[in-house]
Amino acid sequence: MFSGFMVNAWEAATIVAVVAGVVGFFTVLRGSAFAAHALPNGAFAGAAGASLVGVNVIIGLGVFALLGALTIAGLGRRARQDVATALAIVMMLGLGALFLSMTTEYAPEIYSLLFGEVLGVSSNELLPTAGIGMVCIGVVFLLYRPLLLSSVMPDAAEARGVKGRQMDLAFLILIALATTMAVPVVGSLLIFSLLIGPPAAARSFTNKPLHAMGLSVGFALGTVWAAIALSFTSNLPIGFFVGAISACSYAAGRGWAAWRRTRPLPPTLPAGFLPV
Amino acid sequence: MTVPGSLAPVFEPGFFSSSPVHVALIVGGVVAVVSGVVGTFTVMRGQAFAGHSLADIGTAGGSAAFLVGISPLYGFVTMNLIAAGAMELIGIRRPRGRDLATGIVLGAALGLAALFLYWDTTSSSTTGATINVLFGSIFELPSSLVPVIAVFSVVATGIVLVLYRPLLLSSLSPDLAATRGVPVRLVGIGYLIALAVAVSLSAVTIGAILSTALLIGPAAAALRLTKRAPLAMAIAAGVGVAATWLGILLAYDSYDWPPRHQGWPVSFFVVTLVFAFYIVIHLSVRRAGGHRPNPVSAGAA
Repeated sequence: MFSGFMVNAWEAATIVAVVAGVVGFFTVLRGSAFAAHALPNGAFAGAAGASLVGVNVIIGLGVFALLGALTIAGLGRRARQDVATALAIVMMLGLGALFLSMTTEYAPEIYSLLFGEVLGVSSNELLPTAGIGMVCIGVVFLLYRPLLLSSVMPDAAEARGVKGRQMDLAFLILIALATTMAVPVVGSLLIFSLLIGPPAAARSFTNKPLHAMGLSVGFALGTVWAAIALSFTSNLPIGFFVGAISACSYAAGRGWAAWRRTRPLPPTLPAGFLPV
Repeated sequence: MTVPGSLAPVFEPGFFSSSPVHVALIVGGVVAVVSGVVGTFTVMRGQAFAGHSLADIGTAGGSAAFLVGISPLYGFVTMNLIAAGAMELIGIRRPRGRDLATGIVLGAALGLAALFLYWDTTSSSTTGATINVLFGSIFELPSSLVPVIAVFSVVATGIVLVLYRPLLLSSLSPDLAATRGVPVRLVGIGYLIALAVAVSLSAVTIGAILSTALLIGPAAAALRLTKRAPLAMAIAAGVGVAATWLGILLAYDSYDWPPRHQGWPVSFFVVTLVFAFYIVIHLSVRRAGGHRPNPVSAGAA
């Protein structure tokens, strides 16, 4: 399980899980699950377009993910964000349908782009994954305070000079980067599960943002590692295990929160308390 | 049916005599009308994510149905009703919580879909299931599906029309509806059932992309044009039907287009038309000035 080609899988999945845990924390906090679903799914059309014109898949994914982020942010200024997101994803997928109809040799790769091919990661895919992952973490590190404030208390953030629109755009670009990095490795559906499940579970256990982020990374790592091991031993697709473990950890988090609610609250609220 | 000479360049030979085109025009038209009616409330209620998710979630049901050898349509409907129930059960009342509930259910369902599709591809050698479901194949519909589609369409629109007044009130102002004695939660569940049926219907016939495009695009554009719900529903249905039929015509005409002389996909044309229409409305309403988004469509996402 830890020999040869499997080493790449463990390394790639670990990088993806760390980034998904950190970016996913903000996704859940901002209630942006739809964008986290739309960008990876739509970027998949970019991969199809890249293979059509013969450039690297990562470039196609990156271009489409960024275009999608800009479309959502642009349309979302005057309409509801969910409508803007829905229109962006269908337009990207419509283009994807066109690209796919024009290529011939692409069909077998679609399943792996959608559901992930973590066991087939090559060493030269690791470098871009690690590089973009570092950029994602760096962006979160730089924008941590304004992003947190605008996610939790948009009005207070505006009053302090943090522009909500700019934070929306920055966050969408963050998801686009995470998408570009993760889709070739784990597929567009898996990265979505990782962006939602572990952070949502983590939030049920703690209200402190840094603790929740750490716990979220921990859950994401546990989910991915368990999924690889189970997929390796059972020979079933990794996407199933990631989806199932994510949902179960969320259910556990909800159960824990419900159990806590039956007990008396601590006398004072801790510093850094977030309204839930 | 003969085509007048001046229209001959528009309608390629055989368009009106081809039976797959007939079925596509009928099914596409019916689905577009249902999507327009149901979609108006989807946009008003801010449930675009739920509407789109149900199209993807149904894939799990569709692939499971394929595994046990029944029609995918029943798999779609069953799975979507279960998913709608699960969303309602774990959904928190606030929009953000609802987003999360939808996301969790979607993630779990996609995991199941990965498993079922894997079994589908290993038990038989068909790999087309994923692509078929995502991108749809409107020209390959059997005409025997038409009555089934009609029944499900009547169910979905029927629920919306029966619930019309309480649904409208609880979509615009849940608090006001509650004080007037409207059972807001029950109405919401009823609406979610209509949405689940409508989306299963369109996803399994014309594909998940088109399903979302027809559900959200025309309705969102219509609600920018008018604030009156019945008029918005009519505009959305009309725009949806026009985009679908024009898309089918273009796809039929594109048979001779480069690069492969196989025709361009219908979903690409329909989505592009819907998207372009929305952008035109979006820009012209902005340019008209002073037309601020109404409280219904301006809420936080």
